[in-house]
Amino acid sequence: MIENKKYTQKFNFAFIDEATKKEIRRKLLKAVAIPGYQVPYSSPEMPVSRGWGTGGLHVTLAVIGREDIFKIIDQGSDASVNACNLREFVQRMTNCKTTFDTKEATLIQTRHRITEEELTENQLFIFQVPQPEPLRGVERYEYKTRQMHGEADYAKMWVSLYESFVRYGDIMLGAGYPVKVNDRYIMAPSPIPRWDIPNLSHSKALFLFGAGREKRLYAVPPHTKVEPLEFEDLKFNIEGFQGSSCYKTGYKKAFLDELYFDDGSKHHVINDSNFLDKLSEKGRPTQHSNKYLNQLGS
Amino acid sequence: MSGKNDNWLLRVRNLTKIYGEPDENTLNLTGPEYHSNICPATESIVACADINFDLYPGEVLGIVGESGSGKSTVVKLLHFDMEATGGSAWLRPYANGHSNILGESGQKKRTIRNHLMGMVYQNPRDGLNFKFSSGGNIAEKLIMAGNFHVGNIRNRASSLLEKTEVPVRRMDDQPSSFSGGMQQRVQIAKAIANNPPLLFLDEVTTGLDVSVQAKVLDLIRELQQDLGIAMIVVSHDLSVIRMLTDRTIVMKNGRIVESGLTDQILQDPQHAYSQLLVSSLL
Repeated sequence: MIENKKYTQKFNFAFIDEATKKEIRRKLLKAVAIPGYQVPYSSPEMPVSRGWGTGGLHVTLAVIGREDIFKIIDQGSDASVNACNLREFVQRMTNCKTTFDTKEATLIQTRHRITEEELTENQLFIFQVPQPEPLRGVERYEYKTRQMHGEADYAKMWVSLYESFVRYGDIMLGAGYPVKVNDRYIMAPSPIPRWDIPNLSHSKALFLFGAGREKRLYAVPPHTKVEPLEFEDLKFNIEGFQGSSCYKTGYKKAFLDELYFDDGSKHHVINDSNFLDKLSEKGRPTQHSNKYLNQLGS
Repeated sequence: MSGKNDNWLLRVRNLTKIYGEPDENTLNLTGPEYHSNICPATESIVACADINFDLYPGEVLGIVGESGSGKSTVVKLLHFDMEATGGSAWLRPYANGHSNILGESGQKKRTIRNHLMGMVYQNPRDGLNFKFSSGGNIAEKLIMAGNFHVGNIRNRASSLLEKTEVPVRRMDDQPSSFSGGMQQRVQIAKAIANNPPLLFLDEVTTGLDVSVQAKVLDLIRELQQDLGIAMIVVSHDLSVIRMLTDRTIVMKNGRIVESGLTDQILQDPQHAYSQLLVSSLL
């Protein structure tokens, strides 16, 4: 009887077969070469429904190596359901070391936040993206948005910001504030808070974005200019927390969550769980630095 | 003669738009002599063919003809709303009139349209985005031309609305809540927002009641005198043509059958079709 050496394992390393991984990596190379441009890709079937982080998972599994140390957060937390499930899946498919420590990780997957701690040259930062098309709100047809991107025809996007100002007195975009990458493409930064937007610009780490349901990949290479859209007299700004501080650490200069205790009292706590842990243990993690953060006191 | 001929603003030569697949005889078998713009052999439709004219700065040119004569097609081709089958057009402020604007890339065409042209459609829904406020619609045009200062945009928008007699306090309302005449005036305000040297008016007063028609026509004439914009006015209504235009082109079945000074055409029409048009004028 012929011994089958090829199929001794149930799955290929990192679940996805090598040919598909190669395809995703080639698309990622294209995405890096044209910062902010949405590259269509295969979005193969996963044991997770599309729209539940498959885009991020595809990117992670396509680029992960046996030596990588993997961290995954969901809304800043290492412990929320989406993060735990995907972490376990990646760990079982790759046998890679996983960690909560932002500094130790070489590959960080995220949903809706950038870590509070500064990223380094040795790190890959991978976003799960629900809606990769920043123009979808103003133009529903895909063939038209592609044409608009092709010709850098972004007037409609700008008018929607103007309209927001006219109606509400300010640009009322919380998460997913549209950005212009490398002076060319307008890009959806995935629904990260405005707090994280300035950290996309001139970062040391490579940012990769995967939208599994919409089958698009895009990227922001390191040291690339990323600007939030703003008018000359109507400026972008990050969230303010009206002087509130984290009730555990007393820290102010981080993105805060609002908590209501059983007695009805309101408290704030640092959203990034690893950053909170480090501060609680009297550590001094290095934060991102940008002009908005620098204006705030700690 | 040549001295005057050289200062044209817009020069159009052999402008042609054909739907379907024409053969070599299509153009010879259609036109006013055949009372049809449908080719009998190939069934392709000649929307317009062999359109030649020059437009001079500050001049108002009328295009008149029955429905289906191709008059709207001509301005839509020149405004890049449709792709021309053949022909060329040159616009003096673009590349000093040395480059055929119909052959440019989509991006260049958009730049030309945003900076050098304005268009007022018969239906305000074609020219305005009803999801945006009227101020936002004007802002769109200003943003396209590179204005990113909200204060300046709002100042310009309110002065334009004032000029077109739309109450400025309605600036932040959506055009869907406006009357037809007001919508049309907002559309005009949007079209002239960038001070374009060239404005296309496609059946602007059709569908408005008579008193509102008169107001819109007054407004256009005023703007023309104040700003000196060259205009191409498309209408089936000879009284509009008489009121607004200096020169007129008469079109039938996709071809120009007569062109000349408006007064001349109205007083002494030469072509049988022009005579019919003038005689049916109430």
